[in-house]
Amino acid sequence: MIFPLKIGIMAPPKLGAVLYLHPVYSSHSTTYQGWFMKILVAVKRVADYNVKVRAKSDNTGPDLANVKMAINPFCEIAVEEAVRLKEKGIATEVIVVSIGAQAAQEQVRTALALGADRGILVKTETDLESLAVAKCLKAICDNESPDIVLLGKQAIDGDNNHTGQMLGALTGWAQATFASELNIDGDSATVVREVDAGLQTIKIKLPAIVTADLRLNEPRYASLPNIMKAKKKTIDNTTPEELGVDVAPRTTLLKAEPPAERKAGIKVEDVAQLVDKLKNEAKVIS
Amino acid sequence: MSILVIAEHDNNEIKGATLNTIAAAQVIGGDVDILIAGANCGAAAEAAAKIAGINKVVVADNAAYEFMLAENVAPLVAELAANYSHILVPATTNGKNVIPRVGALLDVQPISDISAVISEDTFQRPIYAGNIVATVQSSDRIKVMTVRTTAFDPVAAEGGNATIEAAGGVHDAGVSEFKGEEVAKSDRPELTAADVIVSGGRGMQNGENFELLYKVADKLGAAVGASRAAVDAGFVPNEMQVGQTGKIVAPDLYIAVGISGAIQHLAGMKDSKVIVCINKDEDAPIFQVADYGLVADLFKALPELDEAL
Repeated sequence: MIFPLKIGIMAPPKLGAVLYLHPVYSSHSTTYQGWFMKILVAVKRVADYNVKVRAKSDNTGPDLANVKMAINPFCEIAVEEAVRLKEKGIATEVIVVSIGAQAAQEQVRTALALGADRGILVKTETDLESLAVAKCLKAICDNESPDIVLLGKQAIDGDNNHTGQMLGALTGWAQATFASELNIDGDSATVVREVDAGLQTIKIKLPAIVTADLRLNEPRYASLPNIMKAKKKTIDNTTPEELGVDVAPRTTLLKAEPPAERKAGIKVEDVAQLVDKLKNEAKVIS
Repeated sequence: MSILVIAEHDNNEIKGATLNTIAAAQVIGGDVDILIAGANCGAAAEAAAKIAGINKVVVADNAAYEFMLAENVAPLVAELAANYSHILVPATTNGKNVIPRVGALLDVQPISDISAVISEDTFQRPIYAGNIVATVQSSDRIKVMTVRTTAFDPVAAEGGNATIEAAGGVHDAGVSEFKGEEVAKSDRPELTAADVIVSGGRGMQNGENFELLYKVADKLGAAVGASRAAVDAGFVPNEMQVGQTGKIVAPDLYIAVGISGAIQHLAGMKDSKVIVCINKDEDAPIFQVADYGLVADLFKALPELDEAL
């Protein structure tokens, strides 16, 4: 048997170089897919979370003209988790994929600057629904055979919270949504999930889908050297057609309107006036 | 038309969110059946049969369904789906976990968080943290949706007498396993069911200071919530988070204390009937949605409020 010690130079936290050892005896190595653990991370280009997006005046859709775009915050957390798994020597390769217009390449680059190894851009000029996105990701899973697919739990544009679960159905893999803690142990993972009642812990077999919740980690900022390095990393381009995915929409957006406005309230002088208003005007306390 | 509502339950009792979801189903129209998927869930099935206006309770009682693991429950729902035009589930973490998996198994595009029913195939839902209301028409043969429970008044939990029947095979994918749950015990009402909510934000400064809120909440019979900032800072646990990606609430009275009013927080509470805010920063965006705003130091105002109630 060949001694499978791999030594390489990777980006260190400070200057960008950590000595990286991935010996045969790491926890998953002897039981699962040789000595490699591949992570696929999906990222979406969305309006920056600080922007209050409004409906277009003709109510045909969101007005995104001149809006600052960014990587969806939950996707960024997913990227960070993948990179940390690589830094811990658990993952060996982190591939980032985005599905969208050419401009989504910027978000793939951002993920590469955060530490992903290579990128894939599935180019499409139309806004795909989550079913079509999940089908594209399924095709990429067929090509890449990742052990874990990390995604954000939802994108802050459509607020759907679909894609990870749908990819789970299409691949038949286990899913752990709303993850706030992820621990890999051999060919399975233990995941703490943020659920309505509190925290739930489940164990899932790999390969599996994990969707990131807010408290899974705090993403790092990309350092300048890493941003420069990311420019040299490979991004492969493909399209839904090349992946054999039918992206015909199943829903039609008939209207996008502003929500009902609340009428302006008043400022009260003190606690006594507040209690009086709540009792006698709003009549919500007795 | 025939609609299947997947119940939120704990094998013994039906959770309130189910009743709001049935209300949404009744707006669509047609027969409404309830699915109780669980283990030793006979009591929940009997409770479901009493809900007003239900046609039939469909029960899948098997160990595989005990914890609503999506890998097991989604194929069950997909199997049952052939009989239905719509499948609805409340937009709880359970519902959001399971329903997209059902959609993909059926090759259907799910629709999340519907807040109004326009017709049997057209629905409204909030997007962009509630800053836009989208009207969406589905061309799929089965409509698979989660329901924003605050948008529909619950149906009566009593008054019905539906038949109960076992249905569906056993789907145990064997790829996931429930290991445990950390659930905070509280005598206060649940956030999503409370008439009054008192929420704290970053301005509370630490977890101990939430005691000030608990005192006021207990006088009002209120639930206690928090902004993302307070949860991220570790003041209080995640299940207290109100907002775009936390819990969506719409109580009669929402009192926001030390909360600035980020878009993401407003998305979770701006449908409350009366909003009060207490904040020392008079320019905080929360004042723009508050019916009554008090510019004050919360550490002075909260004890005063406690005293006055």
